[in-house]
Amino acid sequence: MTGAAPAAIELSGVSKSFGPVAANRDVSLTVAAGSIHGIVGENGAGKSTLMSILYGFYEADSGEIRVRGEKRAIRSSAEAIAAGIGMVHQHFMLVEPLSVVENVVLGAEGGPWLKRGVAKARAELARLSAQYGLAIDPDATVGSLSVGLQQRVEILKALYRGADVLILDEPTAVLTPAEADQLFELLRALKAQGKTVILITHKLREIMAVTDWVSVMRRGEMVAHVETARTSPAELAEAMVGRRVLLRVEKAPRKRGAPVLEAAGLSVVDGRGHETLRDASLTLHAGEIVGIAGVAGNGQSELLDVLAGLVQPARGVIRLDGKILNAADRNPANLRRLGLMHIPEDRQKTGLVTAFAAAENMILGYHDDPAFGPGPLLSPAAVRNHALSGMQAYDVRPADPALKTAKFSGGNQQKIVLAREIERAPKVLLVGQPTRGVDIGAIEFIHRRLIALRDAGVAILLVSVELEEVMALSDRILALCGGRITGERVADEADERDLGLLMAGVSERAA
Amino acid sequence: MEIVQTLAVILDSTIRLSVPLLCAAMAGLWSERAGVVDIGLEGKMLIAAFASAVIAYKTGSAWAGLGAGIAASVALSLVHGFAAITWRGNQIVSGVAINMLAAGLTVILGNAWYGQGGRTPPLEGAARFGEIELPLVETLKSVPVLGPLYDIAVSGHAAPVYLALLCVVLTALVLKHTRFGLRLRAVGENPAAVDTAGVSVAGLRYAAVIICGALCGLGGTYLAVSQSAGFLPQMTAGKGFIALAAVIFANWRPWPALFACLLFGLLDAIAIRLQGVALPGIGQVPVQAIQALPYVMTVVLLAGFIGKAVPPKASGLPYVKER
Repeated sequence: MTGAAPAAIELSGVSKSFGPVAANRDVSLTVAAGSIHGIVGENGAGKSTLMSILYGFYEADSGEIRVRGEKRAIRSSAEAIAAGIGMVHQHFMLVEPLSVVENVVLGAEGGPWLKRGVAKARAELARLSAQYGLAIDPDATVGSLSVGLQQRVEILKALYRGADVLILDEPTAVLTPAEADQLFELLRALKAQGKTVILITHKLREIMAVTDWVSVMRRGEMVAHVETARTSPAELAEAMVGRRVLLRVEKAPRKRGAPVLEAAGLSVVDGRGHETLRDASLTLHAGEIVGIAGVAGNGQSELLDVLAGLVQPARGVIRLDGKILNAADRNPANLRRLGLMHIPEDRQKTGLVTAFAAAENMILGYHDDPAFGPGPLLSPAAVRNHALSGMQAYDVRPADPALKTAKFSGGNQQKIVLAREIERAPKVLLVGQPTRGVDIGAIEFIHRRLIALRDAGVAILLVSVELEEVMALSDRILALCGGRITGERVADEADERDLGLLMAGVSERAA
Repeated sequence: MEIVQTLAVILDSTIRLSVPLLCAAMAGLWSERAGVVDIGLEGKMLIAAFASAVIAYKTGSAWAGLGAGIAASVALSLVHGFAAITWRGNQIVSGVAINMLAAGLTVILGNAWYGQGGRTPPLEGAARFGEIELPLVETLKSVPVLGPLYDIAVSGHAAPVYLALLCVVLTALVLKHTRFGLRLRAVGENPAAVDTAGVSVAGLRYAAVIICGALCGLGGTYLAVSQSAGFLPQMTAGKGFIALAAVIFANWRPWPALFACLLFGLLDAIAIRLQGVALPGIGQVPVQAIQALPYVMTVVLLAGFIGKAVPPKASGLPYVKER
């Protein structure tokens, strides 16, 4: 960083520990005034902690903060606001039953009575809305707004408090691609006004698209600091993970075996009488990955649920190894016994009991296994050892079987589910959203595991909202639209446009 | 004229009977809107009733009794606040503890000091709140309907009655139109939002808990020093819980809470009037059945009529900065 103007933010030697876990170790960071500065790192690398320290939400154990060259002690959010720092948290800090304008003035009401402050805020909101094109109804209840608009309220809140430095923590995680592009336009407009923006993300595409500088964090430390124009996604990914990362999945041609799971004419009717899956037929062969492409909510979840025995089909036949499964056979416990394992789409709701320790989660559904203890009893040592070996094999960090599952990052939670199901040597594996909310290093790991399973002769059904992922992993791709299978493609021959048409329900079959 | 007279009398006792409920309901509303669940309203009223009766008897001043009642209730409130806010304890457990403490402590102390089975000696004269005649009663007396209503139902209550009604107005006003009210509403919904806006979550919650204590103090004092002439063991008789029901029934809003309390008061008043009266077609109803009416109605109202009660989202949850 050059130039006479002092840096907007300068952190030096910042450390912060939560109990035995060091979230930030001796971190230094310089953010030039009037720039958009990206901070990347995997989940749990300490980005959010660092920014929470800058925003006064946590106090650092040691280290120094300078704002525009001046040393500041930031012990509370109030002091951060006074120093001209605003933050848009990943989980919005909004009060849903209150109106937009009430949320904006909260904490900056300008006097004991609301009337004057609210009137002033209304005028200021109108001005900011016009200046940055952030149209919003000041009297709308925040809870009734879309996620994109709620984020707009958060940004307006920070601007209303006169923020010069705006921190955004994973702002695009909740946005559609179009909303994300709008947000980037806004960030550029803020920069043009001389504001400084700090953007925390783990999506490299965003870093390349919008930032001037980028800093990389890994395991609580700052490991790189570069000008965005002089770096590449591959280089950043390597810095984030600490080794070379293959952004592409490499796989050998499939060795297709006998059909294992066959479904014919499956239909699912939900509680309100809607047919959410219509007449779906598919065959899974050993040693292949069949991907399901589709916009979320078009029957993928129902397909997974019905195959996993979580819901009963209204019509249709399911065969496993050629044998018809009747209703009594189609329950998750029995299906697991028969070698059909399921990695659910929502690991926190369906895949794990997040309040339980990792070791307990690693035996969920298999707790009757005599290996874990005699009769109705569980042997803590056996459960623990089982968890430990699984966690080591799947590189779960930290490899602590006693740690509450909620305390793991998304990627590590997913690895716990994966370890539990895959270690049982499945014949058929149903996988839903294997890498949703998972960081790059873990994505690569999970992809390689799935390919290895396929090569070992497992039949895999993959459901993912990431079309890229479906195309990279699958051997065959089925498109779902409105609960109906609208087409099938061999993955090597499929292209995004063609699949997009099928996903939109244009059901013509290539001759 | 007869009917107007009867109506006015019923309305009069409705107001008298709903005052303790009203105080406790406003108390609960303040506490819960800030995110602190308080099932200790009952215990706080009870301790306030006892403390106010003791001090009013000692000093001969009802107002000194009110001060003592509020002080005792606020002290218990702070215990609850300390457990729930500072130590992030379970708010239900702390509330239950306060109820048990108050129920036991009042009787034991009363018995030790006065030896009358837990009662305090009867209060007389200035040791009780007298009736306040509002202006214009004489002038309006000749006006049909309104005159007697004003004379009998509106005028002639003790000071705590008017104070309680004033508290409803103030509660509604402060919550809706002031900075403090906005912050308080916010802290009960999403304390993290308040924290990141640079406002102390604990400070707001303590303020709410203290207000809650003061209002319970007013309600308890009214019971012992105005409605009755001294403290009786267990004299709150579940009013703190009925008030909680009223708060839920009113969806945590002050004006509907006022009407809910008046409704419960009306049921009480009718129950008293129906005692010994033969109802057409039914005959004379046992006193016990009639006395149970307000409680039965509480259950019916809560079970049947509040399908969409939405409590403040952070109600009952201690605030912890989550990693």
